[in-house]
Amino acid sequence: MLDFVQQLVSGVALGCVYGLIALGFVLVYKATEVVNFAQGDLMMLGGFFAFTFIGMLGLNYWLGFAGAVAAMALFGMLAERVVVRPILGYPQFSIIMATIGLGYFLRSVAGMIWGTDDFKIDTPFSQGVLRIGSLVLAYDKLSVIAATIILCTLLYLFFNKTTLGTAMRASSENMLAAYYMGIPVKRVVSIVWAISAAVATCAGVLLAPITFIHSNVGLVLGLKAFPAAVLGGFGSIPGAVVGGVLIGVIESMAGFYLPEGWKDVAPYIVLLAVLLLKPEGLFGLHVRKKV
Amino acid sequence: MRFLFKTDYEDDIRLFPHSGYVVSYGLLIAVLLIAPYVLSSYLMSQLVFVCIYATVGVALLILTGFTGQASLGHAAFLAIGAYTAAYLQKYNVPFPVYFLAAGLLTGLIGALVGFPALRLQGIYLVIATISFAFIVEEILARWESVTNGNEGMRIKTLSLLGVAVPRDSPIFYFLCLAVLVLTIVGTLNLLRSPTGRAFVAIRDSETAARSMGVNVALYKVKSFAISAAITGFAGVLFAHKLSFISPEMFTLQLSIEFIIVILIGGTFSLHGAVLGAIFIVMLDPFLTYLKDDMPGIIAGLAATFGAGTEAAGNIQSKVAAFASLNGLKGAIYGVIIVLFVLFEPLGLYGRWLKIKLFFQLFPLYKRATFKRQKIYVKSERNR
Repeated sequence: MLDFVQQLVSGVALGCVYGLIALGFVLVYKATEVVNFAQGDLMMLGGFFAFTFIGMLGLNYWLGFAGAVAAMALFGMLAERVVVRPILGYPQFSIIMATIGLGYFLRSVAGMIWGTDDFKIDTPFSQGVLRIGSLVLAYDKLSVIAATIILCTLLYLFFNKTTLGTAMRASSENMLAAYYMGIPVKRVVSIVWAISAAVATCAGVLLAPITFIHSNVGLVLGLKAFPAAVLGGFGSIPGAVVGGVLIGVIESMAGFYLPEGWKDVAPYIVLLAVLLLKPEGLFGLHVRKKV
Repeated sequence: MRFLFKTDYEDDIRLFPHSGYVVSYGLLIAVLLIAPYVLSSYLMSQLVFVCIYATVGVALLILTGFTGQASLGHAAFLAIGAYTAAYLQKYNVPFPVYFLAAGLLTGLIGALVGFPALRLQGIYLVIATISFAFIVEEILARWESVTNGNEGMRIKTLSLLGVAVPRDSPIFYFLCLAVLVLTIVGTLNLLRSPTGRAFVAIRDSETAARSMGVNVALYKVKSFAISAAITGFAGVLFAHKLSFISPEMFTLQLSIEFIIVILIGGTFSLHGAVLGAIFIVMLDPFLTYLKDDMPGIIAGLAATFGAGTEAAGNIQSKVAAFASLNGLKGAIYGVIIVLFVLFEPLGLYGRWLKIKLFFQLFPLYKRATFKRQKIYVKSERNR
């Protein structure tokens, strides 16, 4: 039983990281119907930025965190301007390929700049553990869970309560109509990319104590975040987090209870099953077309 | 410019629209047939890889280019073909038998993947095929009694009708070339047939295709099966060429490379698959060249333009250091993909069409001829 709870908590913590990356996918998808295959790599880059600020320049943890988030938000805007905007409105295949290309590029360049070693950021949470009876919970895992809840709530409020959030939803439903209604669609898209890069950075920094940062971490985790996003239904913010947590729990349970090898495929088997039974995901909107 | 007047259906579906095609393709085939006696063995080896990649490219083109079903799982089909060959070879099954068996099995699995894919579209399909590829990769690594796990499998030399065909012999190259040519001709015929037209109809509009009486589900599964089967055939050749296969050769990276092949070539034409394959395979020799010869050449240029020997040597070492950077290949891949998507969406074959049209219409060429239509998208969720 104790093992079970322990596995559950570490699964939830890992799942929250998947959920945070999936949140980035969902944000961009919700606003522009673009699937950003480079999301994991944005997370990796954010982690490296934070490492540079905190580990190499010796800034305070929170200052470095904020700096990395700001830098990555700018970077997200830049990436949107250079790669995505010229092909917005073209078939999805082109955009998927462009973001795959962007991911390749970021991964290699990060490898060139920071090398291919593993890096670690010292956080205020990396030392302590919380003991409840004989249950041992590391603070860094708890911090990931807490941060995910906070971020998720903020984003949910932002999307559903603010004007900008409404504008984003509108431009995703029908870009042209949104444009005619006076919504600056281009600026909305670029803000969405900035936010999603910032969320990715949060994931990267929170992840640093759990799995170390290296140049390929984006690919590995990004591909785990896909099942998370699909499981929750692409385009649903609570869905992304729930999907992420589910994937994380499934993975850590499979790693613990099933024979070796199941750990890596279990999320994908679950994903395929969900796609077969409920293609719109657990929280996805089931919209019927009316003619 | 030659005007083609099509007056009946036969004219429209002719394999070679006019005699010029016969002459130019005949010349190309002749050049390819004498190539092994002229080129170095290294280049020959690259040419074999071009043939294999182009075969997979054509297979992927049927699925992605003509039926509109994106797939990032073709490395898995290639792996299934390769492993079937390796497994059957252990029991001394003759080459033609396991060649066909690999194609059939891969086609069958392709059809099985096609069924769940019926309900999925766009990004969901991409993710489903990625998941399929991961599961296959893991099975190959774990099913040790058949696949030998992570240690990989060694492939014996191919023997065709009792004659040994080493992987660097001209005959092996001819075999790969024959498979490629047969695939291309077969695909051309497929595309002229009702099946191919149904594929294209599904790509252009599923709703329209369905209302014209096309059984969308059946043709999507067919497309998956045909594409997978061809990839399986290529997998057998791939296994023989490498002479050793292990699960980590068939990763997502390889699937992405196949997508790059058709992306760079141009996703609307069989020429594109071949051009893209040449491009991808030749990238490696180019990088080697960049590493070995380029620094010297640049230093030489610098010296002729008046830089001192010390400065020239400095430049040489800097260029060499840059060219041997670790992730350079990945970065170049990334930049190439992005640049092609942004500036040359029709790919290399599209560029050739543009050049041809420019000379045909010389003073009247309009740049907008090939311009993509940009539309503000409505949500796919409401489609």
